[in-house]
Amino acid sequence: MTQKATVQPPQGTPSENERIKQASNYLRGTLKESLANSLTGAIAEDDQALIKFHGTYMQDNRDERAERQKKKLEPSYQFMIRVRIPGGAVTPEQWLTLDQLTNTYGSGTLRATTRQTLQIHGILKWNLTKTIQQMNTVLLDSIAACGDVNRNVMCNVIPTQSQVHQEIYDWSVKISENLLPRTNAYHEIWLDGEKVVDTRPQEEIEPIYKALYLPRKFKIGIALPPSNDIDVFSQDVGLIAIVEDGVLAGFNVSVGGGMGMTHGEETTYPQLGKLIGFIKPEQVLLTTETILTIQRDFGNRSNRKNARFKYTIDRFGLDWLKEELEDRLGFKLEPVREYHFDRSGDEFGWKKGEDGKWHFTLFVQNGRIKDFEDYPLMTGLREIAKVHKGKFYMTPNQNVMISDVAPSQKSRISRLIKKYKLTDGAHYSALRRNSISCVSLPTCSLAMAEAERYLPSLITKIDEIVEEEGLQETEITIRMSGCPNGCSRAAIAEIGFLGKGPGKYNMYLGAAFNGERLNKIYRENVGEEEILKELRPILHHYAKERLEGEHFGDFVIRAGYVKATTDGTNFHSK
Amino acid sequence: MTLKVINSPFSEKQVKLLNELLPHLTHEQKIWLNGYLSAPNAAVEVTVDEKEQKKPLESKTITATVLYGSQTGNSQSLAEKFSQQLKENQVDVTISSLADFPTKNLKKIDHLIIITSTHGDGEPPDNAIPFYDFLHSKRAPKLDHLQYAVLALGDSSYEYFCKAGADIDEQLKKLGASPLIERADCDLDFHDDAQNWFTQLQQELLKSSVKMDSIQNVSTKTQPSSAYDRQNPFQAKVLEKINLNMNGSDKETYHLELSIEGSGLAFEPGDSLGIYPKNNLALVTQLLNALNFEKDTQVKFDGKTESLLSTLWNRAEMTVLSKPLLQKITNFTESERLAELLANDGWKDYVIGRDLLDVVEDFAPFTWTAQQFVELLRKIPPRLYSIASSYEANPDEVHLTIGRVQYDSYDRTRFGVCSNSIAEEIEIGDTLPVFVQHNPNFKLPEDPQTPIILIGAGTGVAPFRSFIEQREEIEAKGDAWLFFGDQHFVTDFLYQIEWQRWLKEGYLTKMNVAFSRDTEQKVYVQHRLKENAAEVYKWIEKGAVIYVCGDEKTMAHDVDVTLQEILAEQGGHSAEEAAKALKTLQQQKRYQRDVY
Repeated sequence: MTQKATVQPPQGTPSENERIKQASNYLRGTLKESLANSLTGAIAEDDQALIKFHGTYMQDNRDERAERQKKKLEPSYQFMIRVRIPGGAVTPEQWLTLDQLTNTYGSGTLRATTRQTLQIHGILKWNLTKTIQQMNTVLLDSIAACGDVNRNVMCNVIPTQSQVHQEIYDWSVKISENLLPRTNAYHEIWLDGEKVVDTRPQEEIEPIYKALYLPRKFKIGIALPPSNDIDVFSQDVGLIAIVEDGVLAGFNVSVGGGMGMTHGEETTYPQLGKLIGFIKPEQVLLTTETILTIQRDFGNRSNRKNARFKYTIDRFGLDWLKEELEDRLGFKLEPVREYHFDRSGDEFGWKKGEDGKWHFTLFVQNGRIKDFEDYPLMTGLREIAKVHKGKFYMTPNQNVMISDVAPSQKSRISRLIKKYKLTDGAHYSALRRNSISCVSLPTCSLAMAEAERYLPSLITKIDEIVEEEGLQETEITIRMSGCPNGCSRAAIAEIGFLGKGPGKYNMYLGAAFNGERLNKIYRENVGEEEILKELRPILHHYAKERLEGEHFGDFVIRAGYVKATTDGTNFHSK
Repeated sequence: MTLKVINSPFSEKQVKLLNELLPHLTHEQKIWLNGYLSAPNAAVEVTVDEKEQKKPLESKTITATVLYGSQTGNSQSLAEKFSQQLKENQVDVTISSLADFPTKNLKKIDHLIIITSTHGDGEPPDNAIPFYDFLHSKRAPKLDHLQYAVLALGDSSYEYFCKAGADIDEQLKKLGASPLIERADCDLDFHDDAQNWFTQLQQELLKSSVKMDSIQNVSTKTQPSSAYDRQNPFQAKVLEKINLNMNGSDKETYHLELSIEGSGLAFEPGDSLGIYPKNNLALVTQLLNALNFEKDTQVKFDGKTESLLSTLWNRAEMTVLSKPLLQKITNFTESERLAELLANDGWKDYVIGRDLLDVVEDFAPFTWTAQQFVELLRKIPPRLYSIASSYEANPDEVHLTIGRVQYDSYDRTRFGVCSNSIAEEIEIGDTLPVFVQHNPNFKLPEDPQTPIILIGAGTGVAPFRSFIEQREEIEAKGDAWLFFGDQHFVTDFLYQIEWQRWLKEGYLTKMNVAFSRDTEQKVYVQHRLKENAAEVYKWIEKGAVIYVCGDEKTMAHDVDVTLQEILAEQGGHSAEEAAKALKTLQQQKRYQRDVY
């Protein structure tokens, strides 16, 4: 068709990051030299972009920045390692290693993320190599956990449908491995030529990514209806598993989701993915790879704020994408099959799988795993890991599932859960159980406002209203991000907050409880007092006039508080 | 590097001529010129040129300094863009972040263009904070000579829209600077407003005639003699006091900036500053109680009659014990123990870690009157600190690096007199009685081309900050290699960002650090020296001067031993020959120590 021939990736001067990738010799840059420099805890500027591809961010404790500058000290540079954990599964042995590593070299806490990985924060430059090497001894790596590549592949965590879950989990691992960068840089720099357990000879070329990798990050996840826990429409490529007669028939394919935007730039917006068809399980590797290469070839490489796949699709159209994809694949996608999502949050407590094994989903506020006062969460999980024979899953909502517990082991695990006061969250409001926040201050360099350190106390105050209105058991999703990049997926929360400045947030309402609709700006630049003042009458109204089974996000639209956002492109219109 | 008025000793006209000439010289021409200028008779030529310089100059070159305060990069990219456009219009532009701009240069420049965003609740962005604070501090200079323009970026949805830019604008005005054009406050969509502002600015700038700012000749060789000295100390006002160590450190190291403006005091790198300290008031009070004297009793001490309290607090020494003092005290006590201590050598152990309060508690009762008591005491001696700043770079200030001394002994915490008074009592705005103590044995080489090796641990690094600041100020070209040690990288890297800047700009050639508590095995500066033995030896052979500053018994001693080892191993000498070689270096002033 003539239309196709005219499509060209956006022209313009390549962004700084493109230059860095080009000059990096497949992600090596000057990382080795940077690590050897003993006069600074930082690494060279270009290397800061490259190290992300190795799963590590350079950060600093922003609480100390001004004080250190006054004291004529450089910022307290430190590194965060994000482990690659497709589908969120780690063995007890891996858990214990990460626990020990953060206590030896890190901040002594682990952070479960919204993409089902674990992060270790606060590692000094001199300890990075040791940490990564010790991760390697239990077959963990951080390759491509960050950077302009396919990120950690998400997968639904369903305690009950164990058979199908095993199948889709396997696919998430295969997708992750298929889309790993092939460069040897990671092994060279971190493992120091040390023999790795998996010693495939790797070519010094990138058959999938090529020398410049992707224009921007790329995210893939697999959902299993009726649970949309992974927020499938927030992914660049979302796969919805279709089970027919108890067997995995294949996947509906959604493309072009993404949360990030920039304050004050309306050409940037969160977007939900759109369905383009159905594929069989055996087509999943080729399809995801091919979609990724389309973004590689057509994504915007001159403006990073406009580089995500969602903008590529919105620029050229869904029809173009589908045609380009089918052309490259050499086969047509089948029509989308029927499915239904009812929720995006987790279900807590003990659940029994089809295979007779037990799974306990533990409530972890904001994914932060440490020993709190009167709540030895980290110790408890460590003690469980010492005896547990199954796996741990990080859920997409930053909780932890103790999984595959044999019936004979259940009482033992139960006793430990009780002993260390670990909780299914039942004594918390349903609002708190459905809350997510990103890490934000003090370590994230993008943060404009608090998130993880603030959301719990805000919820405590909202809980007073919730209690007055008798809504303790009504599930409402509430999410907070310290900046508009959206790590907490706040744009698909029924109550969403995006940080604008210290103590100030843009407040959004009206996303769908099951993740199928974005929210809408309700109030700009509000602080706690105004947030509570705004929420009180709306929650009261909702408690009084909601319809049977009506979710809060649907109610605020029906009651006229906000208009429905029908597409990312009208996210900003009021 | 392009020569500019602010980074070189040249006038505007000279800079212009040099910049026209230098880029077109061939390599051979440069070498020839280098030799020609360093030949003794070249000085005559230069002097002739200097005469000419005193004539009024007419120059058409407009200079401008563009500074940005940027959080997300917008201000920086605007600053870079505008600088480029100015350069295309033959304006001699210097651009940097506000953080990288040495504030002392404010007096030297004539056109200042500032582009800054506002961050959070009306705060300046991180890299604008030091400049912002300086401008609002008591040290901000008069800027009557300065013309400026401010572009403020912000987000009008915040209460304090563009506040940082507005504050800087207002403060510059207060300091006497005159605006070239009105400040523009730009919202998120800043491009058009910023461009309009710049167009206007450029017109103004290009039509402004160059005023002949008579740049003061700062480097007068002979310093005026001062009315103040050891006997007559100058009351120096404290301008800044910073504990350089972060929380979690075992140390407290104070960076002190004192004003000596108007004192006539002058100093060279390597010199020390004497401070007359006060005793610890709590200790004085405890002593008065133990003595059972009234604090208001008038006593005569060193020719001056004052209350006992004031005398002990301000003028008498009470923390150092000596044999003569103990002997005099025996006249007022029946204590057999004291007599015994003095009869054998027991007093030697006794005086370590004890002070006058211990004596009074241990050997009571006494027969003395308050007057008799104070007559036993010495005047409190001044404490000397190696100066950490360059006079040429900051003629009105003295910077010091003071480690707080504190330790437990005989069930009581003992405080270093001066360092604790500075840590606990002295505030910004207070004054300290000071004088300059010259140290001709710790001096930079005459020839700024001579390489130097600087070795210091903890506060021992202080004079080296002065050395490098001086070499920066005079644009010295010689190589400099610093070895620094302390306990922890994260909390104790004294003056870290300054060393980093000097390394980047080439005033420091190399730096090696040893943080003793960061590794399982303790690493000290001498280990770093040893690791670099071959190169250290090469530097010595090239004529490098070695400087060591710090604790004598531990650090300086170990460094001395290590230097002997290096000379022996690298030079193929016996231990004896090496020791002799090091002595020779010392005699030739190529190995200088400031140890305590």
